[in-house]
This record gives sequence, C-alpha cells and structure tokens, in this order.
Amino acid sequence: MIPELGHFALIVAAALAVAQSALALTGAATGRASLMATARPVAVGLFVFVAAAFAALAYSFVSNDFSVLNVASHSNSQLPAHYRFAATWGSHEGSILLWVVMLSAWSFAVSILSRHLPERFVARVLGVLGVIAAGFLFFILLTSNPFERLIPAAEEGRDLNPLLQDPGMVIHPPMLYMGYVGFSVAFAFAIAALLEGRLDAAWARWSRPWTTAAWCFLTIGIALGSGWAYYELGWGGWWFWDPVENASFMPWLAGTALVHSLAVTEKRGTFRSWTVLLAIVAFSLSLVGTFLVRSGVLTSVHAFATDPRRGIYILVFLFFVVGGALALFAWRAPRVGLGAGFSAVSRESMLLANNVLLIVAMGAVLLGTLYPLFLDALNLGKVSVGPPYFEAVFVPLMTPALFLMAIGPLASWKRVALPDLWTRLRWALAISVVTALVAPLALGRWSPGVAFGLWLALWIAAATLAHALQRFSNASQRGFAAKIAAQPLAWYGMMLAHLGVAAFIVGVTLVKSFEAERELRMAPGDRAAVAGYEFTFKGTREIAGPNYTSVQGEFDVRREGASHSTVMLPEKRVYHASGQTMTEAAIDTGFTGDLYVSLGEPVENGAWGVRLYRKPFVDWIWGGCFLMALGGFLALADRRYRARSREASAELAGAATGRA
Amino acid sequence: MKPRTKRALWIVAGLGALGVAASLVLNAFQSNLVFFFTPSQVASNEAPRDRAFRIGGLVEAGSVTRDKDALTVRFRVTDTARTIPVVYTGLLPDLFREGKGVVAQGRIGTDGTFRATEVLAKHDENYMPPEAADALRKAGHPIDKAAFAGQKGKP
Repeated sequence: MIPELGHFALIVAAALAVAQSALALTGAATGRASLMATARPVAVGLFVFVAAAFAALAYSFVSNDFSVLNVASHSNSQLPAHYRFAATWGSHEGSILLWVVMLSAWSFAVSILSRHLPERFVARVLGVLGVIAAGFLFFILLTSNPFERLIPAAEEGRDLNPLLQDPGMVIHPPMLYMGYVGFSVAFAFAIAALLEGRLDAAWARWSRPWTTAAWCFLTIGIALGSGWAYYELGWGGWWFWDPVENASFMPWLAGTALVHSLAVTEKRGTFRSWTVLLAIVAFSLSLVGTFLVRSGVLTSVHAFATDPRRGIYILVFLFFVVGGALALFAWRAPRVGLGAGFSAVSRESMLLANNVLLIVAMGAVLLGTLYPLFLDALNLGKVSVGPPYFEAVFVPLMTPALFLMAIGPLASWKRVALPDLWTRLRWALAISVVTALVAPLALGRWSPGVAFGLWLALWIAAATLAHALQRFSNASQRGFAAKIAAQPLAWYGMMLAHLGVAAFIVGVTLVKSFEAERELRMAPGDRAAVAGYEFTFKGTREIAGPNYTSVQGEFDVRREGASHSTVMLPEKRVYHASGQTMTEAAIDTGFTGDLYVSLGEPVENGAWGVRLYRKPFVDWIWGGCFLMALGGFLALADRRYRARSREASAELAGAATGRA
Repeated sequence: MKPRTKRALWIVAGLGALGVAASLVLNAFQSNLVFFFTPSQVASNEAPRDRAFRIGGLVEAGSVTRDKDALTVRFRVTDTARTIPVVYTGLLPDLFREGKGVVAQGRIGTDGTFRATEVLAKHDENYMPPEAADALRKAGHPIDKAAFAGQKGKP
C-alpha cells in the first residue's frame, strides 16, 4: 500500500510541476497577477508530494519490503538500518528521486525566501524550476519507477553493493546533489532575467547567495566523494580523474567561475552576458554529469542503468534545456549592454583571467571525459585518457590563476597602480619565496616541484594575511576588536575560502612529493619500515560483522625511536548476501599525515600481501575543501543579502544560518 | 597609442594566450591517449611495441600463479580465440578472479609477455568491463548478457 501511495504522490507531483511552470510562466508573460500568485503555493505542494514519495520509498527500504523490486535488488534484511535508509538512494531510481527531492527543496526555499523580489520575476524563476522538475518527474514515471512491484515478493534482497555500505555513502550523494541541483536556481534566475530583459546589479545580488550555497554543497560533496575513495578503495588514491569524478568536477569549475563573475556583475555591472552564460553552462554541466552517470554510458559503481530509453530521454531533455537556454541567450543577450569599463590592471581584469583559466580547464576536462565516449559511439575504437593528461593540463592552467588569486582581493576595482600593489605585497612575496626555498629541506628533500607548490600556497596565504592586516589598520574604527568586527562577513568568507585553497595546495604538493609506499609479503612477526615508521604484523583473526565475516589483521606501528605504539586493524571482508570481497584499510589520521595499511591476498602460512603507506599532509586536501565551503557559508550570512523589508530580512538570515 | 590599437593588441594577446593553452591541452591529450587492443589483435602484432596500451578479456581459468614473494602474479588473458600472458607486480583489486573479466594497462615485452603496470579494479563482481566484453564479441564469442547484466537486472 505504501509504495502505491508513493507512486501516486509522484504522479500528483508531476502534475503540480507542469502546473507550476505553465501557470507561472503564462502569468508572467501576460502580466496576470492571479496566475503569477499560484507559483508559490504550487511550489510548496510540489515539495510536499515529492518528499512524501521519497518517504514512502525510504519506508519500504527500512521495513524490508521485498515486494518492491527496487528494495529487493538493493537491500537485504541483514543490512543495518542506517544503510537500509541510505540504500534508498543507492539505486538508479532512488538517486534520481533524490535529485528531484533536492530540486523541489530548492524551489521551496526560493518560494519562501523571495518575498522581497518582484512578483513577476519570482513567477518566472519558479516557472523555470517547474519545467526542470517536470522533466525529471516524467523521467522517473516513464523509465525509472522506483515503486515497481515484484510479484511474487522475494524472500530476501540481493543486498546493497558493499562498496556503498559506508558512512561516507550516507552523506556524499545528498551533499553532491544539493550542489548539482542548486545550480538549477542560478540557472532559473538567469533564464528569468533573460525573459525579463533585466540583467542588472540587483539581479546579480539576488542570484549570488543561491549560487554560493550551491557551490558550497558541491565542494563538500566532491570532498566527501574523494575521501570515500581514499579510505574505501584500499589503494590510497584521493582523485582518479575517473569520468564520474570529472562529471562532478566540471560543474564545480564552472560554478567557481560563476561565483567570481557574479561578484563583478554585482559590484560593477560588468560581465553581465558572461555571467548569464556561466549560469547556463554550470547547470548544463550538472545535467551532462547526470546524463553521463545515469545513462550507463560510463560503467562504474555509479552507473546502474543500461536501459537505452533512459539515456535517450536524458539526452533529449538535455538538448531541450541547454539548447533552449542558449537560444534564448543568443536572442536576448545582445540587448543586455556593456557595463562600466575597466583598465588592463584592475580587479576586473584579474577576475576575468581567473574566469578564462577556469573555463579552459573545464574544457580540457570535458575533452578528456567525452572524447573516448565519442570515439566509442562512432565505433572508431576504444581509448582511455589517463590521469597524466589531466595533470599535465591542470598544473600549468591553474598556476597563473592561483598566482592572481593572491593579488585579486587587494586590487581595486576599475584600475590599480602596479607600484602600489608592489608596495603592499613585497613582504608577502619575500616571505613566501624564502619559506618555500627552505621548507622542503626541513621536510627531507628539496625539489623544484615541492618548492614551487609550497611557494604558491604560501604566496596565497601571505598575501591574504597582508591584505587582512592592511584592511584592519585602514579601518576607521577605534580599537582592534572594533576594526575586526567592522569587516563584512562576505569578506571574511572570501579570505577563509582562499586560505582553504592554500591548505589544499599544501596537501596536494606534499602528498604527491613525499608519500611513501611499500607493497610486500608479511608473515606474523615480520617488521617493515616506511618513512620512519616501523610496522609489525601480529597476525590475523576472524571476526563477524552484522552482514559480513571479516579477517582482521593486527599491526603495531611505532615511530622509529619512539616507545609507544599504535594498533592498526585493516580488514578483508566477505559480505554474506553477495559473496563480494571488500578491503577495508586501516588509517591512522594525523595533522601532519596519515598512516595507511591495507591487506592484499593471503599466501601460505598465515602470511599476507600487504600495502603500507605514509601519506604526509593528505588530510589538508579535504581540510582545504571544507575551509572553502565554510568560507562560502560565512559569505552567505552577510548582512548585504538580507532583504529590504524587516520580515524578509529575518527570514533570509535564518535561512542562511540554517543552511550553514 | 590610440585606444583602438590598444584594444586590438589586447585581443591579439588574449587570442595568443588561448592558442598556447589549446596547444598545451591538445599536446598533452595526444601523448596520453591509451588505446585498447584485444588479445587477438595483440597476438597478430597490431598493438604498438613502444607505447603503453590496454588489453581486456577474461582471466583464463587455472592460469593464475604467484611468485614466492606473494606480489608478482602471472596469468593469461583470453578473448577465447587467443591468449596473452600477463605479469603484474603488486596487489590485485578485490574483484580479480579467474574466469572473470579484466582490463590491464602496460606494455608488451619482447618475449610477448604483457607487463602490466595497472590491473583495473572494477566495482561489482557481476560487472563486465566494456573493453573485455568487446574483446569477446570480436573474437566471435559474445558473452551471455544475463550472466554479466550487473546489479540492475531483474531477478
């Protein structure tokens, strides 16, 4: 009964989505207030019904209803309850439903947080969101019904892929989808503005917090996915340039460019057409990502579907949305007009360089991701593009962007004098160069790569701090605390996000240069040394988990010369339902790096093939990402984004902190 | 300098920078493409001798042997028509099994043994790497779809 109610709720939701787009867009086009007024209540209704459908599916999973095909294929009664709940989005059908849940949640948020915006504009935004929601709801109803019954019911479910039975899996997809789908709001604002013929600083100010929020969630989602791969796949990599990772990284690159170009549009009224185009591109890439991952074009843990109807539906929908948006852009953008001019050295020009570099980098990822697919589709042979390509392209493209990132915040709008910049930054430059030259020696080995990577990170950090100090000392308030309190939160957010980038670079540079790895055979009692740590293999024992049995290895690890030691317990699990083997690495996390042990294959006499790693500063990579996201959330809480009216401003502030 | 000349210069500089970026990207792309060959193609010398490539197929049943150090593994990859011996040093992914699909990246040695630098880990035991499936199809033995339908098939 519950699954049928869920299915029914989805049908109602699809009808509501159609109504939301048709009524609101017609109302906005003809200027009929009564039609425009339907947008908000219908958006609320859409959210309620989609959430009800999701709750019904989650209930079926948690209550082990194996008469539902989706549950029977992706869950198992031995699965712990929290993983049964997470299995709701562990299948193709469920994850598309999660997509729609996120979309309707964002629409709902727009409908309650937009009271200060003109009615007609809100109607158009919600209308565009309705079109997207309708597209995905019909996709679910026509090709991927999550509530399909299995008659007769299965005795037992086939289990969730063991790779996905992990706390990271519970939180990674919702975060990633919040980000992916969040760009739909930026997209809807851009389309509404094009329809309206109104693209001004006010539009950028309305659009900015939504874009930043989506970007923050996407950043966290990608970082969680990377962290999950690091500890779950058992070979210690944190980014593989896998097409599925690229599918989430491309919208991130475009979104990062968008966040920055929105700043220019808001402050200076320039880059208007470009900003709109970026908003369209960022969301289009989210759709492309969904297509790549969900159509079965790529085959990996994420690609559940091989039904060609699904791929074709998404492709047609993609064509319709992206093509329509670009056509509208081509038609309307020439009327937008140019903003104020700026000189060759100014904050605008640096942000323009940042945008161009980010978009070129995005294009390079797109090429590397799609080219093999095209070749395969045209039957011209199978090729793959490996990490060396992406690394060879990324480092030279991102280096100038990162260099400018340190200067940009200090440069003034419109025009900046180079001698002035030099005076303000020479200490930061000197300190970063000297430290970068010396620090690799302290870490053990000097190489140009390490010195250069560290210099970039230190340069960004030093310039950011120099900027902060100058800003505090120039503030007119009396007393240091008052000066600190006087700075806007958005500025602190930017500073924090930029420091996050610096931390990220430190992590990447040091782990790439100083990681130590050994693969060897170890019998109980054997010792092995890696990067100044001594690992002693004590042996293995069998333990039983809730739905698996496991061979657990015990390792004693001590720093050479130290007296106390740490116990590390890597596992090799065999899951009952699927019989699948899983390697669970043991990781000892520290501020200056991780120790990482994973078990390979057993050999004779209790000996095992073993992998031992020392990964210096690897956690800085994810720490940096979280700082970036935190910076974004801080910026969201800025007073500037609060609405004119008292009532609306209270709501906006509540939502900003609530989401943070 | 007239503003117009100045603007033209900026545009030229911008286009030049984009050109450099594009050539960088395409050059890196060209030198990092990894092609795929089936065991039959490798056996008939169609694969490059001086460049890394990928092979795919099934791990031949009974062909896996380990050296004493527990880390060097030898096995044969077959597309049912021809087989290629492979040697790999390192720990194998969880889903490496005899009789299952496999994709390996590496170079062919002068002795005709494929020296793999990477054996690809796949995420699902029922999953057939598309390259491996393709190799079997080309050799005239398409695999039974149902056996490798993966986790989404109807029970």
